[in-house]
Amino acid sequence: MTLSIDDVKQIANLAHIEVSEDDVNSALNQLSDIFKLIETMQAVDTFQVEPMSHAQDVIQRLREDQVIESDQHELYQSVAPHVENDLYLVPKVIE
Amino acid sequence: MLNDSLKQLSQRLENKEISSVELTKEFLSRINKLNSQLNAFITVDEERSLEQARVADQKITAGTATPLTGIPVAQKDIFCTEGWLTTCGSKMLSNFVSPYDAGVIERFKAVGAVNIGKTNMDEFAMGSSNETSFYGPVKNPWDSHAVPGGSSGGSACAVAARMAPVATGTDTGGSIRQPAALCGISGIKPTYGTVSRYGMIAFASSLDQGGPMAKSAEDLALMLNVMVGFDARDSTSLQCEAEDYARDLETPLSGLRIGLPKEYFAEGMNGDVERAVDKALEEYRKLGAETIEVSLPNSPLSIPVYYVLAPAEASSNLSRFDGVRYGYRAESYRNLEEMYRKTRAEGFGAEVKRRILIGTYVLSHGYYDAYYLQAQKVRRLIAQDFKQAFTQCDVIMGPTAPTVAFDIGEKSSDPVQMYLSDIYTSAASLAGLPGMSIPVGFGEKSRPVGLHIIGNYFSESLMLNVAHQYQQATDWHQKMPNL
Amino acid sequence: MQWEVVIGLEVHAQLSTQSKIFSGASTAYGAKANAQASIVDLALPGVLPVLNRGAVERAIKFGLAIGAKINSPSIFARKNYFYPDLPKGYQISQYELPIVEGGDIQIQSEGVDKNIRLTRAHLEEDAGKSLHEDFHGMSGIDLNRAGTPLLEIVSEPDLRSSTEAVAYAKTLHALVRWIGICDGNMQEGSFRCDANVSIRPSGSETLGTRCEIKNLNSFRFLEKAIDFEIERQIDILEDGGVIRQETRLYDADKHETRVMRSKEDANDYRYFPDPDLLPVEIDSAWMTQLKKTLPELPHVKRERYAAEFGLSAYDASILTGSREIADYFEATVKLLPAHAKQCANWIMGEISARLNKADMAITSCPVTPEKLVELLAKINDGTISSKAAKVVFDSLWSDEMEQNIDAIIDGKGLKQISDDGAIEQQIDAVLAENQQLITDYRNGKEKAFNALVGRVMKATQGKANPAQVSAMLKKKLSSGTAG
Repeated sequence: MTLSIDDVKQIANLAHIEVSEDDVNSALNQLSDIFKLIETMQAVDTFQVEPMSHAQDVIQRLREDQVIESDQHELYQSVAPHVENDLYLVPKVIE
Repeated sequence: MLNDSLKQLSQRLENKEISSVELTKEFLSRINKLNSQLNAFITVDEERSLEQARVADQKITAGTATPLTGIPVAQKDIFCTEGWLTTCGSKMLSNFVSPYDAGVIERFKAVGAVNIGKTNMDEFAMGSSNETSFYGPVKNPWDSHAVPGGSSGGSACAVAARMAPVATGTDTGGSIRQPAALCGISGIKPTYGTVSRYGMIAFASSLDQGGPMAKSAEDLALMLNVMVGFDARDSTSLQCEAEDYARDLETPLSGLRIGLPKEYFAEGMNGDVERAVDKALEEYRKLGAETIEVSLPNSPLSIPVYYVLAPAEASSNLSRFDGVRYGYRAESYRNLEEMYRKTRAEGFGAEVKRRILIGTYVLSHGYYDAYYLQAQKVRRLIAQDFKQAFTQCDVIMGPTAPTVAFDIGEKSSDPVQMYLSDIYTSAASLAGLPGMSIPVGFGEKSRPVGLHIIGNYFSESLMLNVAHQYQQATDWHQKMPNL
Repeated sequence: MQWEVVIGLEVHAQLSTQSKIFSGASTAYGAKANAQASIVDLALPGVLPVLNRGAVERAIKFGLAIGAKINSPSIFARKNYFYPDLPKGYQISQYELPIVEGGDIQIQSEGVDKNIRLTRAHLEEDAGKSLHEDFHGMSGIDLNRAGTPLLEIVSEPDLRSSTEAVAYAKTLHALVRWIGICDGNMQEGSFRCDANVSIRPSGSETLGTRCEIKNLNSFRFLEKAIDFEIERQIDILEDGGVIRQETRLYDADKHETRVMRSKEDANDYRYFPDPDLLPVEIDSAWMTQLKKTLPELPHVKRERYAAEFGLSAYDASILTGSREIADYFEATVKLLPAHAKQCANWIMGEISARLNKADMAITSCPVTPEKLVELLAKINDGTISSKAAKVVFDSLWSDEMEQNIDAIIDGKGLKQISDDGAIEQQIDAVLAENQQLITDYRNGKEKAFNALVGRVMKATQGKANPAQVSAMLKKKLSSGTAG
């Protein structure tokens, strides 16, 4: 597989990271090298091998349905970039 | 006193030879003296540390002390710490004062340990040299031209330079073990699921694991006794019986079967590292252990697999950094989209962005099966190799890193070379196995070499025993850099 | 050309848990902005999700109620996209192995029974809310709703008209309330519909290009939006155009759908298994236990009502429109088992009319099942006429101080005249004054007879038993004693 400039732009777009034209080129070179390394695993025969998502073979523990949190919005919003009327403010959301 | 073990420090506190406040001041003054040249700490807050020391002293007076009470502990800046700046090495969190404590921090607080400061690290734990930190690179205390390793480079440096008796680290693909090796200290990444991830800022959730860094295996055992424990707030936290990790330290090693993976002793390892590792293995034979060759045929694939899975998880874990609820927000933008893109472009460093891009790509439509799913399958093959190997041996040994500490700047422009620093450590991470590194001598330019010990699941006390017996017979772990 | 409409619905039902799906914050509606956003809901660095048992149980109950397969293990996945009301930058949802797979729901549309197949139902978390009122050109984000548990219920494209779609949505709405997993409050957004609409030439087997219409928060809007969309698509195709696959938003004010986003800029969600959550296992013991908590389901009740009480399918479906109505009916019929149809008629007629008018739920009906039965008994033993019973009912409804039925009958003089002598007297008087009607009757005009009955009833101020009047009149006319 060869990455293209457009691929890099497309994934940067998906990842919501602005990339300048200069950066696109250097990113392309570095990513291409990395993918060369990564692709060495693609030759492995993994037919009928179960994918492994977790390090341990355990099941999900369930929490009882109880409210244990209280209103702490002032503390939590003390680290927010922009708050007004208890709301987090962002540039206008257009649907 | 700077070279004292935890046991010795604890004894001094108990005997009222010294108070926790005095001990804390001692280390704070060492930090004051050395941090400007080594850059191991991002945040030091003398007042808060001393306040904790005062509380610890009351505990000691009241007779309710435990081994870690009153002991200064350096905390990696990845652990959310209430009231402390918690940056994770990133500009993105340069203004983030955590409103809550990580599970690990709570456990240290509960036993009355003193937080001596928050240590520097690769940004979001992504790096093997500590050069990706927004707060500048950490220097290797053995050689200021060398990197300390990463991502827990600040913690490794702090312990090696005796700015703290012990420290916490986190390990995703080698981030405790590799810097421990490069800085000549001991570090253990326990079995995945034993140390709570709650409040430990996520890099790759299925691999991240907290653990201690210290001068000796004995100190690691005492640290693990505090750090390990079930946390209901972390779904991957395991409900295990509490155990004393120091219980087996003194057991003789006769009959111990050490597996040496032939793949680890193939090409790639530098001669100086090989010599130090061979000497350590010789020492083990003297101690009564036998060494046998084992095979981990898929382990050479651990780096490619790791560099699919870890970035994939990271790309998603780091989506929350959007400048809306906390952290950095770009200064100028014309609309919402631009706010996101600029915030993330400016708030993240180059390595973090690179990994987000890799992760985004391998998860994207049309590539998922070929990359992500394939990597998960090979991950299972890697884990199965270990399972097979542990039918033949009790522990696996090899070098922690292929080379001694490299120079600052040497690999920073070549990500692939940098990634290969974790070639021996990432396989155990993928399998979720415990791994540790202990100092076993010096290589080129008198830089430290680490021996990598991989154990079976939940075999930490055996691993610590294996390391401790070596440290009883040798004194590499007591060597201290000239500063 | 004849077009066939193909519709599938995606319904988001908010599950009626106390706390959120992955955090211990309250789900109560209407709290102060961000007062119910915990650190987990805010996606602070380091926080982790832990699954709420209550949400899983409700999903299982739904699956059992529709005869679906309950997957074990069931897996949570991350759906990655950026939006300011989505704090983590991903939504925890399910992709492969949703908790509920398959199953079906029977609907009645325009008197016809139809089976609608379900594709799946999966658990996921809700997002927060963007408030669009102007904060000097900015939007405000309230994350109280973030993390509220949702069950997304996806139907197969089995619906063929807006009427069927509404019938399905209503049946589903009734079912989720019936089994107590969702309060169904559409104003508060507890039950939200998206419709996938396409058309194809009648007889065609291939599906046309579909458009997804979002934001349908009432059954009326659902119907109108689908009808509008069908017309729009027919117009395009008949003008030789092509339908573009896109997401459209229904605007209730303008009564139109407008494009939200097209397929080209549709997001690549990069689904992958959430590494923070483990597989959920549901054993048969748990399912058996939950099955026991399920009430008798509406379709089972319907069949039983038909078999046990001889009710029509229509009556049975009305009476099982909600659990409360069915409970009321069953309480009534239990006391009056021989008169199920009469009970049904009164509940569907008088009671439901009064409840509708007063906008009340049957649970707060002022006339209890016991009172209703007492009233019906008075009709059945001939004490009062059905007409008079309605007067008594009105009184019971509006005057809570006077609930003594005998006293009401007496007070209003509603007692039926059943005395032959008294009735005969009135008949004779009416016949004497209505020669023409008698003649007409004898000439075969049936209407004339009804007119005579009416006049007798009028003369008795409606108190005579009409059946008795009719019988006596017929006897008199045929015996020739009249006129």
